[in-house]
Amino acid sequence: MSTDQSLFGFSSHRLGRRLASLLILPLAAMLSGCDFVVLAPSGDIAAQQRDLLVISTLLMLIIIVPVMALTVFFAWRYRQSNASATYAPDWDHSTKLELVIWAAPLLIIICLGALTWLGTHLLDPYRRLDRIAPGQPVTEDHRPLRVEVVSLDWKWLFIYPEYGIATVNEAAAPVGRPIDFRITSSGVMNSFYVPALAGMIYSMAGMETKLHAVINHEGSYTGFSANYSGAGFSGMRFAFHGQSQAGFDEWVAKAKAAGQTLDKANYLQLERPSENEPVRRYASVDPNLYQAILNMCVEPGKMCMNEMMAIDAKGGLGLEGAYNTLPLEYDKFARRGSIFGPRPSYVASICTAEEAEAAFRAARNGGDNSIGPKDHSPLRGAGLLRPWPRPELPGAMSQLDVPALSSRL
Amino acid sequence: MSAVAATAAEKAVPTFYVKDEHDHAEGSSTMLGFWIYLMSDCLIFAILFAVYGVLGTNYAAGPAPKDLFDLSLVAVNTTMLLLSSITYGFAMLTMEKNRVAATQAWLAVTGLFGLAFLSIELYEFVHMIHEGATPQRSGFLSAFFTLVGTHGLHVTFGIVWLVTLMMQVGQRGLIAANRRRLMCLSMFWHFLDVVWIGVFTFVYLMGMLR
Amino acid sequence: MAVPQPVETTFLFGRLTWQAFPLHEPILVATFAVVALGGVALLATLTWFRLWGYLWREWFTSVDHKKIGIMYMVLGLIMLLRGFADAIMMRLQQAMAFNGSEGYLNAHHYDQIFTAHGVIMIFFVAMPLVTGLMNYVVPLQIGARDVSFPFLNNFSFWMTVGGAVLVMASLFVGEFAQTGWLAYPPLSNIGYSPWVGVDYYIWGLQVAGVGTTLSGINLICTIIKMRAPGMSLMKMPVFTWTSLCTNVLIVASFPVLTAVLALLSLDRYVGTNFFTNDFGGNPMMYVNLIWIWGHPEVYILILPLFGVFSEVTSTFSGKKLFGYTSMVYATVVITVLSYLVWLHHFFTMGSGASVNSFFGITTMIISIPTGAKIFNWLFTMYRGRIRFELPMMWTVAFMLTFTVGGMTGVLLAVPPADFVLHNSLFLVAHFHNVIIGGVLFGLFAGIAYWWPKAFGFKLDPFWGKVSFWCWVVGFWLAFMPLYILGLMGVTRRMRVFDDPSLQIWFIIAGLGAALIAVGIAAMLLQFFVSIMRREKLVDETGDPWDGRTLEWSTSSPPPAYNFAFTPVIHDNDAWWDMKKRGYSRPLSGYRPIHMPSNTGTGVILAGLSTVIGFALVWYIWWLAAVGFFALLVTAIGHTFNYHRDFHIPAEEVTRTEEARTELLAARS
Repeated sequence: MSTDQSLFGFSSHRLGRRLASLLILPLAAMLSGCDFVVLAPSGDIAAQQRDLLVISTLLMLIIIVPVMALTVFFAWRYRQSNASATYAPDWDHSTKLELVIWAAPLLIIICLGALTWLGTHLLDPYRRLDRIAPGQPVTEDHRPLRVEVVSLDWKWLFIYPEYGIATVNEAAAPVGRPIDFRITSSGVMNSFYVPALAGMIYSMAGMETKLHAVINHEGSYTGFSANYSGAGFSGMRFAFHGQSQAGFDEWVAKAKAAGQTLDKANYLQLERPSENEPVRRYASVDPNLYQAILNMCVEPGKMCMNEMMAIDAKGGLGLEGAYNTLPLEYDKFARRGSIFGPRPSYVASICTAEEAEAAFRAARNGGDNSIGPKDHSPLRGAGLLRPWPRPELPGAMSQLDVPALSSRL
Repeated sequence: MSAVAATAAEKAVPTFYVKDEHDHAEGSSTMLGFWIYLMSDCLIFAILFAVYGVLGTNYAAGPAPKDLFDLSLVAVNTTMLLLSSITYGFAMLTMEKNRVAATQAWLAVTGLFGLAFLSIELYEFVHMIHEGATPQRSGFLSAFFTLVGTHGLHVTFGIVWLVTLMMQVGQRGLIAANRRRLMCLSMFWHFLDVVWIGVFTFVYLMGMLR
Repeated sequence: MAVPQPVETTFLFGRLTWQAFPLHEPILVATFAVVALGGVALLATLTWFRLWGYLWREWFTSVDHKKIGIMYMVLGLIMLLRGFADAIMMRLQQAMAFNGSEGYLNAHHYDQIFTAHGVIMIFFVAMPLVTGLMNYVVPLQIGARDVSFPFLNNFSFWMTVGGAVLVMASLFVGEFAQTGWLAYPPLSNIGYSPWVGVDYYIWGLQVAGVGTTLSGINLICTIIKMRAPGMSLMKMPVFTWTSLCTNVLIVASFPVLTAVLALLSLDRYVGTNFFTNDFGGNPMMYVNLIWIWGHPEVYILILPLFGVFSEVTSTFSGKKLFGYTSMVYATVVITVLSYLVWLHHFFTMGSGASVNSFFGITTMIISIPTGAKIFNWLFTMYRGRIRFELPMMWTVAFMLTFTVGGMTGVLLAVPPADFVLHNSLFLVAHFHNVIIGGVLFGLFAGIAYWWPKAFGFKLDPFWGKVSFWCWVVGFWLAFMPLYILGLMGVTRRMRVFDDPSLQIWFIIAGLGAALIAVGIAAMLLQFFVSIMRREKLVDETGDPWDGRTLEWSTSSPPPAYNFAFTPVIHDNDAWWDMKKRGYSRPLSGYRPIHMPSNTGTGVILAGLSTVIGFALVWYIWWLAAVGFFALLVTAIGHTFNYHRDFHIPAEEVTRTEEARTELLAARS
C-alpha cells in the first residue's frame, strides 16, 4: 500500500485525522491490522468521496448522538420505579418542542443537501478532472490516459488505445496522470470498482459509462466487479497497479513483448464464459474492437447499435426490414430462444465493412461516444465549467480533445 | 349514528356504544373497493404506457408505426368500443327503471360491440404477424403488442363477466346485489374505454405522426 | 458452436424429468429428509387427533379477520425459519471460504441461497407478519366486526401461502433463481438463466402479489368505511393510520411489480424484447421499474411498525402519545415521498449528477419526518411512568438501533459516498440494520403486545427476555463486522475471498448469527412455555396492559363478532377515555349480529393458482390450461352463491357476554 500514511492510512487531510479519532480509535487495537481502503484510498477522487462520507457522518452525529443519549436517559429517568420523576399523563403537545423537532433535522438536511448537490456535481464520474491532488490543478500538460474497459463473463478486459495493447484482469496507470475510463459490458451488468482509486460505475452492454480518476500513490491495488453477475462473479478480480512513468512504460513493454494479438476472432473466443482467469497480455489490438463491442457487433454480419439507432431515428427500415434477421450461429452462453419465441437471431447489418470501419474511426477520433444525442445541458456535472483557465474559443484547445469539450461547452 | 355521539358527548357520561344497531347495508364498501381496484389496474396500464414510451421508437431496423398501422381500421375499432360504452350506459338507464328485458337487451348489444372490437383487433394482430411484424421483432413491437393486447385481454374478461351477469340477472332479476355488480362492470367497461382513448392517441395517432 | 435446441419437453411432464430432483446434493437430500419426516409426523398427529375437520372448518375456510391474521403470523414465522436457515448457510460459507478454500457450497447452490434469503425474508416473512398484524388489529382498533371483504381476505391469505409453496417447492424440485432478490435482467433473462429458477421466482411472486394487492384494497376500504361512529380520521389510533398509509402504498406499488414481472415472463416465455440487450430492449428500464415498486415496499414494511411503536410507547409510558398530529402528518409525508426516491438504489448507473443529487436529496428529506417520529416517541417517554415489559424493551432497542441504521441510510443517499459503498457489505449491514432493528423488532414488540389479546394469556417474560438479549446482541455482533468490512471495500454476494485478514470479521458475524439463532429458539420456547403455563399467565380482563385503544375494551380473545355493541368514539385514545369517564359495560339488550359465512372457495382458487404457477414453471401446458379453466369456473361459480352471510342469534350473543360478565365479577 502507499507509504506516506500517518495513522491508519490517512494522508495529509486534517479531516481524515479527525475521523480517525472519532470513528476508529475505540476499535484501534482490533482494527490496526485491517486495510480500510474506502477510508484511506490512494486516489484523489476516492479521497474526496471519503471526505464527503466523513463530513456527512459528522453532520448527522450532531443529531444522532443527542437522540440516542436522550433515549437512554429518558428510559432510565422515567422508569416506573422512580417515583420522584414528574408524571404528566395528559401532556401531549408543545408547539415550541414540535418546532424544534421538525426544524433540527430540517437544518441538518439543508446543510447535507447543499453538500450533496455540490459534491455530486463536482465528483460526477463523467466530469473531467480539475485537479490531480489538493493544490495541484490539471494543466494542459496532463493528457488523460484513455482506458477502455469491458466486463466479460467473468473477467475484465482492458484496452489501451494509445499504446495499442490490451490486458485481461490486470490494469495499470502512471501516478498523477488523469485516467479516462470508458466502460461497457459484453452481456450481463457488472460494476467497475477499484476502491483505492475512485467510486464504482456500472458496466452495461450496448451502453458506455465513463469514469475519470487519478492514482496518487504507487502500489498494487485490488479491483473487482461490485455487481453480482452470475456463477463466476467471485473470481472477477483484477490487479490495478499505480506506477511511476518508468514502471508504467515497462508494464506496456511487457504487454508488447507478449506478442499475441486481440482481433475480433480472438475476442469471440475470449468472450466465452470462464472463471478465475489468469492475467493475459496482448501486444496489439484491433483498433475498432472496443467500438464493435460497445455496439454489440463483434460477430461478423451483425448490425451495430449505432447503425441501428441511426436507422431507427429515420423511422426504421419499413416492412422489408421485418425479415432482415439471421439465425444466431455463435452463442456466448447456454443461450436459447424462448419456448414460444422464434429461434435466436440477430439483425443483419446493411452497412458494408468499409462503412462500419469509417463510422468507428469517426467515433474514436471524436473521442466521445458517437451514439445517442449529445448532452448540452449545463445542469449536468459533466457540463459544469472547470475552474482552471478556459480559452475563449474552443478552437484554442485543439490539443485537448476538442470535439468532446465543444460538445459540452 | 354519529348524531347519537354528538348529542351524548355533552352529558357527563356520554354514550359509548350504539344501542339500537341496524345491519350494515350489504356491500356498502363494494363500490369504493372496486374503484380502488380499478386504480391499481390503471397503474398496470400506466407502466405499460411508460414502457411503450421508452421502447416505442426502438424499431431494431424493422418496421415503424407508419408501416404497420391502418388508421381507418383503428377508427372503426374505436367506434365499436365507444358505441359499446354508450349502449352500456343505456343498459344502466333501463336498469334504473327496473326493466329487466330492456337491460338484458342493451347488455347483449354491448357484448356484441365488444366482440366486434376484439375481432377487429385480432385481425389487426394476425395481419401484422403475417407481415413479419411479430412481438419478437423489436422493442417497439413488444411494447405495442403487450399494451394493446393487455387492453384486449381486459375486454375479453369484461365480456365473460357480462355474460355471467346476464345469466344472473336472468335468474334473479335486478335485485340489489345484481345492480351493484352491474354498476361495477359499468365502471370497468368505461375504464377500458378511457384506457383505449389513451392507446388510440398515444400509440396510433402519435405513432403515425412520427 | 451450434445454438442449443429448444429445451426437450414432453407433453405430460413438460420439462420436468428425474434430473430436476436434486438427489445428488447431499445437503438438499438431508434437508428434504428432515422436512419430509417432520411433515409426515405433523400430518400423522393431525390425523390422530382428528383435527383435519376442525382445521378446515374453523381455520382454513374462516373469513374471520382474527383467525386469518393469526394464520398470516404462523406462515411468517415458519418462513422465518427457512429464511434464517439460508442466512446461517451464507454466514458459514463466507466464514470458511478463505485461503484457497471454496467453502462447502458451489456457486449454483450459494447463488440460490442468497437469492432465496432475500425473497423469502421480504415477501414471505416480513410481508405476512405485517399483514397479519394489520389484519388482526385494525378492525378491532376501529370498532368493526370484520373487514370490508371477508372472503377476499381469506383468498388473499391463501394466495400468499400459494406463493410461499412455490418458492419452497423450488428447494426440492428444480432450482431457485440465481440472480439476487430483484432478478435484474439480462442475468435473469432466458439467455443467462435458462432453467426454472427465475420462473419459480416470477410465479411465486405473482401469485403472492395478487394476494397482497387484494388485501391492500380490503384494508383501505375497511379503514375508510367501517370505523365506529365518532372516529373521524384524526381520531384514529396511530397504528390504524400507519396501516392505512401502508395499504395505500401496497395498492399503489404492487401493480408495478405485477406488470414488471409479467414483462419479464413475456421475455422469457415468448421472446419479446423488453429487457434484452438486442432488438431495442432496455434492461435498465427493469431496474427503474422494479425499484419504483421496491422502494415503497420498504416503507410498506416499516410504517405499520412505526404504528406499533407509537401504541407501545404511549401505553407503557402511561401517557398520551406526544404530537399525534405531527405523527400523522409525518406518516403521510413519508408515504408520498417514498415514490420520489427509487433512483437512489442505482446512483452508479450513470444517470448524471443532477438526477443523482435530486434523488439523493429527496431521500434525505424522508429522514426529517422519520426524525420527527423518533422525537415524538422520545417525548412520549418524557414525564411518563415507563413499565419495561417486553414490548417496551423492544421499542427502546429499536430506537437505539434504528437511528444508527437511519444514519447509515442517509449516508448512502449522498451519491459520492454511495459510489464507494454501493453493493458493499456496508449496504447489507445498513438494510439489515433498519429491517431487523425496525421491522423485526417492531413485529416482536407487536406480537408480545397483542398476544394476550389474541389468546387470553400473556407471554412468558423470562424466555422473552432471553430471546430479546440474544436478538439484540446477536444483531450487533452479526452486522457491525459487515459495516467494517464494507469500509474495507468488500462487496456483497461474494462466495470466496482471497484476503485472509478479512476472515476474522466473517467469523465474528457468524457468531452473531448463531446468537440470533439462539434468540429464535428462545422465542419459540417462549411460545411453547407460555402455552403450557397459560393458566398462570391468563388475563381475564381483556386489558392486561392498561391499554388505550378500542381493542382492549373487548374480551381476550375477542368473540367472533368482536363487539356486542358497536362502540362510539369521543377521543383518539378511545378506551382510555371510556375508562376515565366511567364507562360501564352494557349487560342486556343484545341483538342478533350479522356476520359473513365461512367458505372454502378461497382455498380452492389459491390452490388452483399455485398449480397453474407450477405448470407454467415446468412448461406443462395442459395442466396450466386445465387449471386456468377450473379457476375461471370456480370463480364464476362462486358469484352464483348469493347467501354468504348469517346472523349470530341474540341468545348466543347473550350467552357469550354473560359468561364474560360472570368471569369479570368472579375476578373482582
